[in-house]
Amino acid sequence: MFKSAINGFITAWKGMTLTIGHLFASKKTREITRVSDDNYFKKLEGTNTIQYPKQQLPVPEVGRYQLDVEMDDCIVCDLCAKICPVDCIDIESIKATEAIGQTSDGTTKRLYAAKFDIDMAKCMYCGLCTVVCPTECITMTNTYDRTVFELSDLVYEFSDMTKEEAEEKRALLEKQNAEKQAAKLAAMKKKEEGQ
Amino acid sequence: MSNYLIYFLVAAGLFAFAALFALFGVYAERKISAYIQDRLGPTETGKFGALQTFADILKMIQKELIIPSKADKWLFILAPVIIFVAVYMGFAAMPWGPGLVPSKVNIGLYYVFAIISIETLGILMAGWGSNNKYSILGAMRSAAQIISYEIPAGFAIISAVMIAQSLDLQVISTQQGVQSGETIKFFGFWDVTNIGGLLSWNIFRAPHLIVAFVIYFIASLAESNRAPFDIPEAESELVAGFHTEYSGLGFAFVFLAEYSMMFLVSMIGVILFLGAWNTPLPNMGALKLADWTTNIWWGIFWVAIKSLALVGVQMWIRWTLPRLRVDQLMNLCWKVLTPLAFACMLISGIWRLWLM
Repeated sequence: MFKSAINGFITAWKGMTLTIGHLFASKKTREITRVSDDNYFKKLEGTNTIQYPKQQLPVPEVGRYQLDVEMDDCIVCDLCAKICPVDCIDIESIKATEAIGQTSDGTTKRLYAAKFDIDMAKCMYCGLCTVVCPTECITMTNTYDRTVFELSDLVYEFSDMTKEEAEEKRALLEKQNAEKQAAKLAAMKKKEEGQ
Repeated sequence: MSNYLIYFLVAAGLFAFAALFALFGVYAERKISAYIQDRLGPTETGKFGALQTFADILKMIQKELIIPSKADKWLFILAPVIIFVAVYMGFAAMPWGPGLVPSKVNIGLYYVFAIISIETLGILMAGWGSNNKYSILGAMRSAAQIISYEIPAGFAIISAVMIAQSLDLQVISTQQGVQSGETIKFFGFWDVTNIGGLLSWNIFRAPHLIVAFVIYFIASLAESNRAPFDIPEAESELVAGFHTEYSGLGFAFVFLAEYSMMFLVSMIGVILFLGAWNTPLPNMGALKLADWTTNIWWGIFWVAIKSLALVGVQMWIRWTLPRLRVDQLMNLCWKVLTPLAFACMLISGIWRLWLM
């Protein structure tokens, strides 16, 4: 009993010398260095924690944090929305009546994106969407610190079309579809008559 | 009439001191814990975060005092008051300097120990009145712990009192310095009556009083419910123990009582073992350091500094050692501290009879 009590006192004293060492040791404010720096892990000795909003550790430019979409390069193929494990990407496409243009890598664009929403509150940062994207328009950026007051503000809307534009394109598509349908019917009629 | 005015002034002054100390204590605790854990603690409010606790208390007194609908209203409201008043009244008998004591009681030590035991009653009332199982568990643990640890603390104190032969805290204080009326012997063989200073403190009058002081200090940690003996408010098990249901001013009073208790038990330890308001500087030949640094103002300074140092040690221990389990707590009390305190008391008797 006394042996364990004495042992308790000795170990307590050891712990207390450790903490009093830290009480006076942590004088230095942490210098900001990259993880790739050679003495990055030596910076832990005798320094305080990072004073976060005032000091920030540098992250690489190609950091894998929040998603960003370059709409000019998007061909609205919907692959990202299909692969997403948590279904955080919501795309609504409208077929264009003709080729709209080309992306920076030369792919022809044939679809309008009426809606391209990414719910960052649902996103799990797996990066699968960036892998499947054929034109590399959806990327992860180095933005990691974003706070909002409304949950709905975390739904990032990337579509560059206004509602009116989308309506207009829909009407055009319907008109074209109706024309095609009419042409098709006319062709069928002709065929039947020919028999 | 003017007498009563002085009484009120003294009471108000002590209350102001307790409140200010609690604010300072919370700030110091946050800073010490931060530095121990390689953090910086509060830095934003005021220079070095010095106004943080003032901001906290301003916020706290604006908050609503919520009384749970199933709580026993009277017990619930009265408990924090009783907890605080029990500790606050303990300050009444504490000597601050030569001839400076709020209330000259010739059984001062006895009174102080009686009055701070009432805190247990307040804690039980808080636990029972809250009608919450965590609160009652915390209160039961607190009562068991405080009552157990009063025994080793009491015997450690008695061993000092047997050497001093008085329960009057002012007499005990005077004995430990150059103003002593009787001869003081360093460890029982070297007459240091005219040298004073560190050498005439009670822990150096008899070697076993060092052990008694350590016992008292450990027991005082348990009595003020501080880590590693904080099982009554063990956050990881009982939310916050007996004060789980308190908010606003009720919670503020419980907190005030905890920090005042820390200072009070430290001050009792200082008075009984560490020379009270006497200077640690001895007379050395022509350098009459002890004579120069013994008066009322120096007395207040020394007793405050020594008590604050002990409070600092309490905080240091809190942020180092993990919490004891209930059985370990009782083992330490009954199987280690109590027999040791008994032995100290026995040695005190022998010392008094044969060596003084």
